[in-house]
Amino acid sequence: MPLADLLAGNIFVALNAYAVLGGADFGGGVWDLLALGPRKQRQRELIAEAIGPVWEANHVWLILAIVLLFTCFPPAFARLGTLLHIPLSLVLIGIVLRGSAFTFWRYGSPGGEDEHRWGAVFAIASLITPLLLGTTAGAIASGAVGDVGRGDGFYTIYVAPWLNPFPLSVGLFALIAFAFLAAVYLSVEARERELQEDFRRRALASGVALFLGAGVALLLSLNGAPRVRDGLIFAAWAAPLHLLTAAAAITALAALWVRRWRVARVAAATQVSLILWGWALSQYPYILPPDLSIARAAAPTATLRLALGALAVGTVVLLPSLYYLFRVFKRSDRHLPTDA
Amino acid sequence: MPDLLAARSQMAVSLAFHIVFAVIGIAMPLMMVLAERRWQVTGHGIYLDLAKRWAKGTAILFAVGAVSGTVLSFELGLLWPRFMEFAGPIIGMPFSLEGFAFFTEAIFLGIYLYGWDRISSRAHLWAGVAVSASGAASGVFVVIANAWMNAPTGFELVNGQAVNVDPIAAMANAAAVSQTLHMTLAAYAATGFAVAGIHAFLLLRDPANAFHRRALEIALIVGAPAAVLQPVSGDLSARHIAAHQPVKLAAAEALFRTQAGAPLSLGGWPDVAARETRFAVEIPYALSLLAFHDPHAVVQGLDQVPPSEWPNVPAAHLSFQIMVAVGTYLALVALWTGWLAWRRADLAHNRWLMRAIALATPLGFVAVEAGWMVTELGRQPWVIYGVLKTRDAVTPMPGLVVPFVTFTLLYCLLGVIVVWLLYRHIIRSPAGPEWRRFYMPGSGKRETGNEVA
Repeated sequence: MPLADLLAGNIFVALNAYAVLGGADFGGGVWDLLALGPRKQRQRELIAEAIGPVWEANHVWLILAIVLLFTCFPPAFARLGTLLHIPLSLVLIGIVLRGSAFTFWRYGSPGGEDEHRWGAVFAIASLITPLLLGTTAGAIASGAVGDVGRGDGFYTIYVAPWLNPFPLSVGLFALIAFAFLAAVYLSVEARERELQEDFRRRALASGVALFLGAGVALLLSLNGAPRVRDGLIFAAWAAPLHLLTAAAAITALAALWVRRWRVARVAAATQVSLILWGWALSQYPYILPPDLSIARAAAPTATLRLALGALAVGTVVLLPSLYYLFRVFKRSDRHLPTDA
Repeated sequence: MPDLLAARSQMAVSLAFHIVFAVIGIAMPLMMVLAERRWQVTGHGIYLDLAKRWAKGTAILFAVGAVSGTVLSFELGLLWPRFMEFAGPIIGMPFSLEGFAFFTEAIFLGIYLYGWDRISSRAHLWAGVAVSASGAASGVFVVIANAWMNAPTGFELVNGQAVNVDPIAAMANAAAVSQTLHMTLAAYAATGFAVAGIHAFLLLRDPANAFHRRALEIALIVGAPAAVLQPVSGDLSARHIAAHQPVKLAAAEALFRTQAGAPLSLGGWPDVAARETRFAVEIPYALSLLAFHDPHAVVQGLDQVPPSEWPNVPAAHLSFQIMVAVGTYLALVALWTGWLAWRRADLAHNRWLMRAIALATPLGFVAVEAGWMVTELGRQPWVIYGVLKTRDAVTPMPGLVVPFVTFTLLYCLLGVIVVWLLYRHIIRSPAGPEWRRFYMPGSGKRETGNEVA
């Protein structure tokens, strides 16, 4: 495998980790916004407890992907920053508000008026950020962040690539996917039966919504993202990947149905990861379709080698630390015994 | 507002905001770990209270630092795509390493903040040590990248393209050692004195308050040695820029004319049109002596380059004066404190010392901002010194005033909230009177001596 492909793959692994870990933290915020019923307060408390110790570590996956992108594929980073300036700036505002509002909320005065306010900012930012993140991903997949066939005028260059039905549908899809992941994880982590059932219902509902969202995005891709469409339908790997994704999706929903919480957690994360890799494969060998290939965007070999070395060394430090973090805070023996 | 100015202003605001949190993120975990260690050794609850309060402060500040750092990593591409396209392969390495250091910091901070009753006290302390070490490491890596912009190396320039890229050589650039040393010491000095200053201010009203006495001691242990060492590292930096970035030194010193035996200008206002510095106190030969350790050395003035390549001389000179003045003040206060501690005096009852330390509260951060202005403004009009001009690096996107104003307002709002939260949760004296018993009137000498010496 060429060095550049290997690094592009690693960047995508980081994005994948960000989606299934950091994404679920955003999803938690969505459920905070949608908290209702008699256990509203306890739902919010569970969400905050689940996110608190890990959200910052989960967030770093995005930073890792970004720094690796500008180290290894600088032209791609430069073009993203230029053409997607507006949605990316909005993503940043969302990230800033989500993170700081969560912290202010958790460290604000307990029960005070401001606590509620910060919780609301946290929740709304958690809703908007995934929408915009998904939209930028959709814009990339649609081939609109290309160098060819661009006219001039502010709207054509800086707005049209992302303000389109297909990218927006991907944004919506990302939002549902993150909410789905969060609901599944929260149903594992709930330590009260009723709370667990609350999130089980939410997980099932968002799991079904995810199917609908995928359908809409796929439909819009017919015109909106020809490369993705062709990849997802005609490529040799398409059928097996779809089968695997479908199997994961059905496993997740079935496991939720029969209350096999931990199976559901693994299946849901697998499902979202497979969808992401479907996107990655469909636009391979391009990093920014239709014209910027991984090979053409790659930094000199010396840089790529060192980046890979840094990744190897970094992973040796990172993986045990991450394992420790999740072992301390997400140990499953703390949860309810599962039964039907 | 022209787009280039808007982009520069947005970057400046983002950095000026983030640097405060980055600096505290380096030094505050060290204080928190020291307090926890004191608690484990002495068993006095006051230290646990301190550790928990500083951990809370770190939590708030780290979160804001993490998100504002994310903004910066994106802004490199949002505002300066052409800079990143050129520099990414050469200097991306320290950013990647910083990514991992930051990861480690975030992981162990999560463990530290939420793990008080989940892991052993030994593991908990080590988690704090990991936060503190990886925080310092991330700072070092980022400053290495900035040092490369001042002393670019590790590539050859052929027709505007970088070839023969060597990221290791780029990291080992000529400015790396002096800049990382200066910035790391600045982080400990500024944070240490800011915290010490707040508690000194409260001790002026209530010198017997054991909570503030302990906080003061630990903050000074972190801040004072760094403040004493900082002038030494400043000398290293000055000699580096004299040799490698003469225009920056000339702007910082407002030296318009190249001369042997150059004088040091204290204060004054550079009149760029007349090419002279008015109202300055000049110390003969001092600049040559400081820059080259030779009173007769030739120091290059701004006349070595055309005025189109001059930085903003008044701004660089003023910033430099502020930084040096504050650095000198902090070093003197630190020496005074050290001398009194060595004499085993009761620091908290020395009102003049408490006033001097209280005055230092904002000063370290003023110096950090000013020093950063010197290095960034002093490099202009270049973004990569001698290689790429800032105006050629900016994004082609028009209307940059909009994101500039948006992010400025966002950061102003966050700044106000953070200060308010810190006041509410970290600084105020504990309500409980039990700490009073810990401080034994009359034994202040012995007690203070134990902690500081």
